Amino acid sequence: MRKIRYVDALIEALREEMIRDEDIFIIGEDIGPFGGAFKTTLGLYEQFGSERIIDTPISESGIIGTAVGAAATGCRPIAELMFGDFVTVAMDPIVNQAAKMRYMFGGKLKLPLVIKTNYGSGRSAAAQHSQSLYGWFTNVPGLKVVLPSTPYDAKGLLKTAIRDDNPVLFFEHKLLYTVTGEVPEEEYTIPFGVADIKRAGRDVTIVATGYMVTKSLQAAEELAKEGIDAEVIDPRTLVPLDKATIIQSVKKTGRLVIVDEGHKTGGITGELAAIVVEEAFDYLDAPVQRLGSLDVPVPFSPSLEKIFAPSEKDIIAAVKKIC
Amino acid sequence: MAANKELVLKMYEEMLKIRLFEEATIDVYQKGLMPGLAHPYLGEEAIAVGACTALENDDFITSTHRGHGHLMAKGGDMKKMMAEIMGKKTGYCKGKGGSMHIADVSLGILGANGIVGAGLPIAVGSALSSKRKNNNKVTACFFGDGASNQGTFHEALNMASIWKLPVVFVCENNQYGYSTAISKHIAIENISDRAISYGFPGITVDGNDVEEVYEAVKVAVERARKGEGPTLIECKSYRWTGHSVGDPGTAYRTREEVTENKAKCPIIKYGKKLVENGLATEENLNNIKSSVQEMVKEAVEYAIASPLPDENEIYQDLYV
Repeated sequence: MRKIRYVDALIEALREEMIRDEDIFIIGEDIGPFGGAFKTTLGLYEQFGSERIIDTPISESGIIGTAVGAAATGCRPIAELMFGDFVTVAMDPIVNQAAKMRYMFGGKLKLPLVIKTNYGSGRSAAAQHSQSLYGWFTNVPGLKVVLPSTPYDAKGLLKTAIRDDNPVLFFEHKLLYTVTGEVPEEEYTIPFGVADIKRAGRDVTIVATGYMVTKSLQAAEELAKEGIDAEVIDPRTLVPLDKATIIQSVKKTGRLVIVDEGHKTGGITGELAAIVVEEAFDYLDAPVQRLGSLDVPVPFSPSLEKIFAPSEKDIIAAVKKIC
Repeated sequence: MAANKELVLKMYEEMLKIRLFEEATIDVYQKGLMPGLAHPYLGEEAIAVGACTALENDDFITSTHRGHGHLMAKGGDMKKMMAEIMGKKTGYCKGKGGSMHIADVSLGILGANGIVGAGLPIAVGSALSSKRKNNNKVTACFFGDGASNQGTFHEALNMASIWKLPVVFVCENNQYGYSTAISKHIAIENISDRAISYGFPGITVDGNDVEEVYEAVKVAVERARKGEGPTLIECKSYRWTGHSVGDPGTAYRTREEVTENKAKCPIIKYGKKLVENGLATEENLNNIKSSVQEMVKEAVEYAIASPLPDENEIYQDLYV
């Protein structure tokens, strides 16, 4: 099968969907002829023009609010935020408007809206351009939250997000953009709420999200050399969450390590651990281990940033602690 | 305008509908029939009616926390509105939204909104939709003097201007943001002056004069439909009541000030004008009043008789 980059898989999904449906447009900062700060819309302006690839002023709240209004009136907008950290500037239209309109209007409208952005540390971009804030949105009913970890998942999940009639937040890891992986030429989509077992194993379950899937798979290979057979599960979508696959795996392995790039305190590792404790406590043979980013703003200097997010070594240590 | 008897009487009736509906809203609140609160539109009726009369049925509006008037003027059903305000299953939102979240997309009503200033970018979005779909629809965006100080006001007006979107920004200057008088939160005389910094026309009109509002919005709507972009229309009026039904509105302004402003009642003023110009008789106006009174009474009875939502509806309508 052909191999393409994560970013190209995303662009391919956008292109195919925009050809399929005239109601789709993309709106955001520097996404037109420039192609996006991370080149996530490269070539689309040339193909679809300024009516469908809409460059905006620096007005994040205005961008998302505009997308909400357009979604409410028959369009299928994709709003791009240049950095995931900028969701903070657009919280009202995401949290108070997009997430709530359908419910508080008694089902009167649908909001087919994708908010597409990136996240993650590892580029010395410091505290305001490196955060992993997706966990916040799992705490707001009415939204869906997607975290693709491979080029294959990126394309299939983005197509599903665009076709979904609900507001979807789509988070891409900046370090994954240039990673290549197998992506079929033919049409496919990936349903939400279906976790992917990225590596089957019998000794320990590692539930990892986004870029942490890559780290966990590397850790699993190292652990295999020492005779520990880890199963790596990627939930792919945090809302809706495929609890069943996680619980089934824990029932098999009896051990659970959760790895996420969000802060550990108040983050999704706690939620995932709580679900397993509530629903599969009797199957656990050891305490659940959680790995998240340290509870500090993302530091700038490489020497500090490298210990900020969970590393392969951290994952190996956490597994060994309970195996 | 003056010659169109049907239109002027319709505007009179619409204003009266809002007036009596709002009085009924306050009454049901005081009788303990309304859960939560509502923000009465009393005194500002001419703005919603003047503006919505200048719109076509399939044009869009975005509304505010003080939204009953806009919804009614855009064709909202009084029974469903009152039922919603009382949290009933038969209400516009099946009891899930209440006073601040009434919407009816089929009437072009994109929702009242509990967040001050949030409707402005949403209006830009619906106008962008109309431009993309080339369907000739205009969006009227209602917001208050308070909202004109939110960042979204700036972002929305700027975006609407650079893209020449078919939107009319209708600023209802009712002199107060909750308890804060406009003199304390805006340093200029006319909010409409702000339009100049976005590069499109801004005008100030008497928000107690329904025909003046109508004429101004009509010009702006025509301009929008021709693809010439947005207009900011500031309608100066006065909020007769406190901020909400729970606020007597007496702690931060004098009774004299309220009385003085109530004397400029847009409905009495308009009724007089119609009679003086021979467009209506006192009897015509009294007949309109009786029929509206009956309508409001029926809406309240309908709402009271309606059931509350069932508990099993709590998860419904969250996702498609």
